[in-house]
Amino acid sequence: MKVTFARMGNLHIAVKAILQDLGVEVVVPPAPSKRTLTLGSRYSPEFACLPLKVNIGNYIEAMELGADTIAMAGGVGPCRFGLYGEVQREILKALGYDFEMIIVEPPQGRLRHVLGQLGRLVGRQPVARYVRAARLAWAKIKAVDELEKLVMRVRAFEKQKGAATAAFTSALKLVDSAESIAQVASALEEGKERLLAARGEVCPDAPRIGIVGEVYVVLEPFVNCEVERHLGEMGVLVDRSIYLGEWIAEHLFKDVLRLRKGHRPYELARPYLCHFVGGHGVETVGSTVGYSMRKFDGVIQLAPFTCMPEIVAQDVLPAVSKDLGIPVMTLVFDEHSSDTGIITRLEAFVDLVQRSRRTRRTKGW
Amino acid sequence: MGIPRALLYYYYYPMWKVFFESLGQRVITSGETTKAVVDAGIQVTVDEACLPVKVFHGHALSLAGKCDYIFVPRLVAVERGAFTCPKFMGLPDMVRCNCKNVPKIIDSCINLSRTTREYIRAVYSTGRLFGNRALDILIAHNKARAALGRFVRCVESGLTPDEAMAAMGLTVSGDEPARRATAAAKSPDRSAGPRRAVVGLVGHPYIIYDPFVSMNIIRRLRGMGVTVVTADMLPLAVTEREAARFPKRVFWTLGRRLLGAGFHFLRSGSVDGCLHVSAFACGPDSLIGELLEREYARYKNVPFTTITVDEHTGEAGVMTRVEAFVDVITRRRRV
Repeated sequence: MKVTFARMGNLHIAVKAILQDLGVEVVVPPAPSKRTLTLGSRYSPEFACLPLKVNIGNYIEAMELGADTIAMAGGVGPCRFGLYGEVQREILKALGYDFEMIIVEPPQGRLRHVLGQLGRLVGRQPVARYVRAARLAWAKIKAVDELEKLVMRVRAFEKQKGAATAAFTSALKLVDSAESIAQVASALEEGKERLLAARGEVCPDAPRIGIVGEVYVVLEPFVNCEVERHLGEMGVLVDRSIYLGEWIAEHLFKDVLRLRKGHRPYELARPYLCHFVGGHGVETVGSTVGYSMRKFDGVIQLAPFTCMPEIVAQDVLPAVSKDLGIPVMTLVFDEHSSDTGIITRLEAFVDLVQRSRRTRRTKGW
Repeated sequence: MGIPRALLYYYYYPMWKVFFESLGQRVITSGETTKAVVDAGIQVTVDEACLPVKVFHGHALSLAGKCDYIFVPRLVAVERGAFTCPKFMGLPDMVRCNCKNVPKIIDSCINLSRTTREYIRAVYSTGRLFGNRALDILIAHNKARAALGRFVRCVESGLTPDEAMAAMGLTVSGDEPARRATAAAKSPDRSAGPRRAVVGLVGHPYIIYDPFVSMNIIRRLRGMGVTVVTADMLPLAVTEREAARFPKRVFWTLGRRLLGAGFHFLRSGSVDGCLHVSAFACGPDSLIGELLEREYARYKNVPFTTITVDEHTGEAGVMTRVEAFVDVITRRRRV
């Protein structure tokens, strides 16, 4: 059995670690490319959101590399993601691929059920081994998050263009190849050093822009046309509202234990959007309010085309922007998005942000 | 109390009307959807919103100055363990943020996904807004539920919601759509003679029953001598049973109904063709439509087509496709 899964940002590092540690043969799909997207959009429903299409491309490319089992997460709505697995199975079966699809449904309070489904994937194993694998994966996620946060602080001031990104890529490789928690720690140290070596003179006055939006598009640089890198290379300090570790903690643990109440973005979003709308709709609005409170200079919302929760958020964001005086731009991505178009809009937005900073300062806000 | 004639108006208006009237409120609705209504909605919403949501905003705006309150419930879940569309969950917030000068919004939060307690609380607090006693609210609610029951039975007998409302005498006299609906209800297309072609019409109620949004598709199909059956005209038990054939329970109430209806039309052979009408970029339909299309393609015995509408759709284009579709099924029947 060769297991594959859909990619999302650097999630594959953790999934690979956990499955390999449990003794499962893993085929990591190649990083998404133009070909992935073309394959995906050729076989997916036209109005399906972008992640579904990229997933299909991932699976096809992984099966070309010999994978025969797909692991996928399920869901209970109202976001479309919950039906991804079923629809993807239909699409791939119709294309004639021979594979098994294991859809792990969220527990809804029954952890044994999830362990049962995972058992189909990894066979019967003592709980201690699960724990060990999970701890290694978690250490890697924390390391990746830390590197991601650092690279955004370095990139705005890098010595030469591309140095930060190159250092970051090599640091990720180190973390990926680490085999124990101790190795992850030393890989992280090494990675941080490489990144800091790429940093030049720090300008204390760089504009700060927050990124909010749908988790997949925010975390997957290929899909969002590398918004973070482009902004960083324009000298902008970028902050992201979602990191992999927080997202997992949020969804895998808090949801199960129903710890959602009193969740900070929900509190902040209340004046504008006071009910959850699935996906990350409320978080998008709440984080925008949060960035404004932290005196950020602008916020960019990223969303896949036709994403329902993000459309609701996008619809109320103009009111947030007007009330709090923070510039907000929405970028919608689909298979037709191009780097050039996005860069043009980013440049315009950064210009606008710089100008509004100057006015704010002269007016003494 | 103003109720916009859009979205789930087509499912719950009888209930809402009876509820508020029992509590001593006068209920009015916005007029029929027109170009002006749609344009007003487009002005205030983001481009990415779907047509029905834009239309809803237009209707809400058209009620400005005509009533003291406007009823925009937050319909999170209308049954256990399933949701409506995410956009319904944020609807009151969207209307509040985008439409200035609309009357006070009453946004009762209906969430039946886990317990009925929240529902009871929502009904009670809505009633309390008008200062009624708990007993009055209970009576009003029971009357409203009874009205909804009668309405559902009317629709299941083959009437569209507009016709059913007219038959129940729920619409205001002199109301143009009501007058037309009454006329249609009085001359049902169940005349004797050879069996007429039957088309299964699968689509969200607020698309297919809105004459402007759907380009009058039901009336036109009937005009071509076709009997129209929609998902709502099938008993709920049938659509539920058919939808259960899908390996995973679909977690959208409307989506499951459409999927069940589509499967039923395919398996029972009760229709000559199935027409799927969807709004551009509709989230649930992008997957439900795909699943239906694949299922129909697998069996190859009932023609299936999808028509997508948005604010730019031209009537001529849609009608050409509908006519072609009806031609196909009539020819197949002859063969």
